[in-house]
Amino acid sequence: MAQNIPGIMKQKRITPWLYLLPALIVMATFILYPAFNTFFLSLRNLDNTGWASTRCLEGQPCWGVFENFRYALTSDVMRTAFVNNIIWLILMVSGTVGFGLLIAVLADKVKYEPLAKAVIFMPMAISFVGAGVIWKFMYNFGSSQVQIGLLNAIVQALGGQPVSWLTEPQINTFALIVVGVWMWTGFCMTILAAALKGVSVEVLEAARVDGANEWIVFWKIMVPLIMPTITVVITTMVINVLKIFDIVYVMTGGNYGTEVIANRMYTEMYANYNPGRASAIAVVLILIIIPAMIFNIRRFSEQEKIR
Amino acid sequence: MKSKKFFGSLPVHIVLVGLCLLWLLPTFGLLITSFRPVQDINESGWWTVLSAPKGAEEYQESCAVCHGDDGRAIPDADLSDPEVIQNYRRSFALLSVLERDIDGKPHMGDLPLPDAQQAADISTYLRRLSGIERSATFTLDNYIDAITGYRGRSTYRADCAAGTQAVDLYCDLRDLTNPRGMGRAFINSLIVAVPSTFLPILFAAFAAYAFSWMEFRGRQWLFALLVGLQVVPLQMTLIPISRLYAQIGLNGTFLGIWLFHTGFGLPYAIYLMRNFLGSLPREVFESAYLDGASHWTAFVKLAIPLSVPALASLAIYQFLWIWNDLLVALVFLGGQNPVMTYQIGNMVTSLGSGWHLLTAAAFLSIILPLIIFFSLQRYFVRGMLAGSVKG
Repeated sequence: MAQNIPGIMKQKRITPWLYLLPALIVMATFILYPAFNTFFLSLRNLDNTGWASTRCLEGQPCWGVFENFRYALTSDVMRTAFVNNIIWLILMVSGTVGFGLLIAVLADKVKYEPLAKAVIFMPMAISFVGAGVIWKFMYNFGSSQVQIGLLNAIVQALGGQPVSWLTEPQINTFALIVVGVWMWTGFCMTILAAALKGVSVEVLEAARVDGANEWIVFWKIMVPLIMPTITVVITTMVINVLKIFDIVYVMTGGNYGTEVIANRMYTEMYANYNPGRASAIAVVLILIIIPAMIFNIRRFSEQEKIR
Repeated sequence: MKSKKFFGSLPVHIVLVGLCLLWLLPTFGLLITSFRPVQDINESGWWTVLSAPKGAEEYQESCAVCHGDDGRAIPDADLSDPEVIQNYRRSFALLSVLERDIDGKPHMGDLPLPDAQQAADISTYLRRLSGIERSATFTLDNYIDAITGYRGRSTYRADCAAGTQAVDLYCDLRDLTNPRGMGRAFINSLIVAVPSTFLPILFAAFAAYAFSWMEFRGRQWLFALLVGLQVVPLQMTLIPISRLYAQIGLNGTFLGIWLFHTGFGLPYAIYLMRNFLGSLPREVFESAYLDGASHWTAFVKLAIPLSVPALASLAIYQFLWIWNDLLVALVFLGGQNPVMTYQIGNMVTSLGSGWHLLTAAAFLSIILPLIIFFSLQRYFVRGMLAGSVKG
């Protein structure tokens, strides 16, 4: 807040608060209160009648008031969720950033750049639910001879056995990640393309004149120059992937070993009616996300300053 | 020279165009499928839509030699006559007549007898050839059925024509708002999204103006706190709010979801608006104030008109975010006032293989975002990118 407010625009003391009040009230009710309440609920038992320690059973491991966190951190289903979230994290972040960068660089060289970018960005406009339907159809597994899912039709045409992509435990998480990559590549591409446009043409030309081929120009000049942007894109994607919910909910419901943290939270709350456990999962989730968030906002405002 | 340059970058074109086609393919498949009749969807992949109809090949192999391409070559056995084909609707009836002799000679002559599958395909083809079953390659029935929420075994139009429709269907315009249908869900989505877009932007504009052009104690730290609020993930706030709503009876109401979206959209909206309003030239506001304008006048006559581009990006981002949202709708509205994402999510899990309804419904839900995206792409992308840091 660098600039000074003109002295002549001084106003009555109460005026600014009148302008701020509606926003502040709504935010306090819908963000501040629930955020603190979630912390509280995570320490409570299932129907909020006592502390979580009342749920402990004789002779079984118990974390006292943090009993819900024992579930959120050590239960089998949450372990599956953590492992899956890590797989999601690695593959989806590298997939979206990799494809995004590739397409941004390639599109920069052609005349139909706006069209190509629009095509790649389009899935961002679609809901996760819509994308879920689109891809469930792609992955469709028919029990009969005729395969109406494109992927299985290709497998069959190549002489393979049709695969039930979404229920096969070794494959299904990857099948879901493909959907995520399809949706979010356009996002990464757009930010990276904007950064690439900022790389000065002279620098690139100078390198080419000196005999550097495109490969070297890309890795030794472009990538280092846009590294700050790449970092922001990666952290943003990390946050998005950690919170991934809709794709899993729509396509498998977290079954067949595809559980992720956010979906587990939803299941605990609205299928098992266990707000304590659900809150504990939410707290775990935010504790994982917060560092990435802080990092991201800091980087983002740094960039704003440079601009 | 020019062509040399083109061929030099040929790999670039191949990779890029290939990726673009790959990206379009799934959506394209959905679109094609949503216009195909139910039987076709379940019998063949959407990519076969322009190839020969089912059984055409088998007919050519086994029948066309004598009966001709159009089935009329033998007048005594005119295969294009519905009355003739009526007797051989099923493949076993067809097979039995093929096995019999005609005038002491085998029906099929030297040709091999078709197996059961081939015979079934041929009879399908004959039904189509003779006009008993007139099924077009493309149909609007899926969309009509999806919009009206039709769940029968035939189609809405057929049932209404026969008068055998379900009790809650009227077979007139009222069906557009059938609570089970996507038509109603579309309206519900709009009812949710429009105020949820408008309210936070309105509140944010006031607050952002105060942060930008008013002096008050605690301005700095209040704004910092607000930026910090952006990190709170949606998931953190759902449980306490839905408990609160349960107590005061706001669960399942539009008011409840409007308020929630408003609260959750505010930090980012204020942040973006303040950055924009704060970057407006200070002289503009100074001279207005010298001319005797109050803060209110400066806000309404200056700040709002000047920030239309930022408002547009913000509005598009917020609108689409809400339109596409499933989680919040699931928690706060549920089945009481189902929105489009909720209905589709339900259809996916309960209907299983009702692809004709599902593809049509999905396309209905993505049509509005696609229109907004392609017509307002500039604002859309800007809003999307700026919003990316939000929790």
